[in-house]
Amino acid sequence: MGEYLLSTFAVEGEVPGAPSTPEEMKAFMERVVALEGEMEATGTFVFGGALHDPDASTVLRAGEGDVVMTTGPFVEAKEHIAGFYIINADDLDTALAWGRKVVDAIRHPIEVRPFRATGRVQA
Amino acid sequence: MTRTHDVRSDAIAVERVFREAYGQAVATLIRLFGDITLAEDAVQDAFVAASDRWRRAGIPPNPAGWIVTAARNRAIDDRRRSRRGRELHEQLGAVAVRSHDPAPDEQGHGGAVIDDRLRLIFTCCHPAMRMEHRVALTLRLLGGLSVEEVARSFMVSESAMMKRLVRAKYKIKAAKIPYRVPEAADLPERLRSVLSVLYLIYNTGLDDPERAALRTEAIRLARALVGLMPDEPEAAGLLALMLLSESRVPARTARGELILLRDQDRSRWNRAMIEEGQAIVRACIRRGQPGPYQLQAAIQAVHCDAASLETTDWPQIVALYDHLFSVMPTPVVALNRAIAIGEIEGPNAALATLDTIARELDNYHLVHAARGTMLRRLGQRDAARLAFERAALLASTEADRRFLQRQIQDLAD
Repeated sequence: MGEYLLSTFAVEGEVPGAPSTPEEMKAFMERVVALEGEMEATGTFVFGGALHDPDASTVLRAGEGDVVMTTGPFVEAKEHIAGFYIINADDLDTALAWGRKVVDAIRHPIEVRPFRATGRVQA
Repeated sequence: MTRTHDVRSDAIAVERVFREAYGQAVATLIRLFGDITLAEDAVQDAFVAASDRWRRAGIPPNPAGWIVTAARNRAIDDRRRSRRGRELHEQLGAVAVRSHDPAPDEQGHGGAVIDDRLRLIFTCCHPAMRMEHRVALTLRLLGGLSVEEVARSFMVSESAMMKRLVRAKYKIKAAKIPYRVPEAADLPERLRSVLSVLYLIYNTGLDDPERAALRTEAIRLARALVGLMPDEPEAAGLLALMLLSESRVPARTARGELILLRDQDRSRWNRAMIEEGQAIVRACIRRGQPGPYQLQAAIQAVHCDAASLETTDWPQIVALYDHLFSVMPTPVVALNRAIAIGEIEGPNAALATLDTIARELDNYHLVHAARGTMLRRLGQRDAARLAFERAALLASTEADRRFLQRQIQDLAD
């Protein structure tokens, strides 16, 4: 069993194709809730959700003796992570099958990237 | 003298057996140990041992089996010596035993045991891998080409190719690209990727005479794939397409210059390859599940049937291109269809068809070469020369450029 990060990106603060009307928003939320329910029921869901805007982020880095704080984001780029899931999957094909479902639900590209073993995660 | 000769022919035989056994042995070792690099090293060591032994004692009846057993023992020794040796060795014992008694998921349709090479080719050609990585891994692991040979085929340094292979293997391991034949739902997309890798290998060999060995390798791999997946008509279609294309290679160039189909000496075409390719095409037609490779092979089969360009069954070729365009609506297919129309309805009709695709393919040299040919047939020499000049500017291979330069010179005279 491995863990994968399924992340989606905003371009200059916008998520192209994101729901713009209340009806679209309602349908979007229904698709996402159904997807997360399916992930939960199959033991796939580990964690996930949407992120606030990069303007809300704060960067910490090791300084001389003290940790130094600056405003974020860490990377000055047009694209920023807008949301993510962490899922359990046996292999890449299983992760990609879930990735397709995520794309169907949010109608926006995602990146599928494997986790590497640290203290807790058994890669 | 005789003794020397025997030793040399034995060495060649051993070399050939290695090439044949390599993919099979590596594929089996990967299944047993779940580690590509370990499998490569163990098979390499087994080859060194076999090379000594076989030259003295002769080639055993089942060389691939001998290599697998020797490599497996080496891999177990290697693991036993490693840090976690004891624990791993116990696990390996379990895997090895199971390999003699295939689990239910090892069985393919009809209960046949799945060949490990089939698993390996789907792993190497996984669409999540970069195309150049798929090609390099397929040639290295399944084709048994050395890193140096693969590097030479793609005109990069050995160290650059080594890095490419390491990165490809890293992705397989880190992302856990599975080592199995895809399930039915995924099979069409995954098989398309495998076929496109093999066809790219073939065409790379076609573009450059220095890399002719790639064509042989691609045909060998396609033949192996057809043997492993006899129920997949597109795999057969690809093999037929390669064979029919290969049959014309002896007549296709002279002194490094391209010779058009129209001017080729058809007596130099390889009849044995044509017959094999056409037999596969006929079997595909009987199956009635056409696809892009089968249709392209059928078009080549019609060309190979004709004694000359004039006696070619052009209506049949246009009909096949129509069919091909319906399943593969690419501008390149449209271009070839336009050229075939020119053979039936004349250069004006071809130019009109070319105009409909010109915008999309403005950077494709063959569009301009086709325009040049049609304009020349209409006697519009200046316009033809301009078209050939544009084509020469865009051409990517030396043979194409030389051919186009000659057209330009002929028109200037």
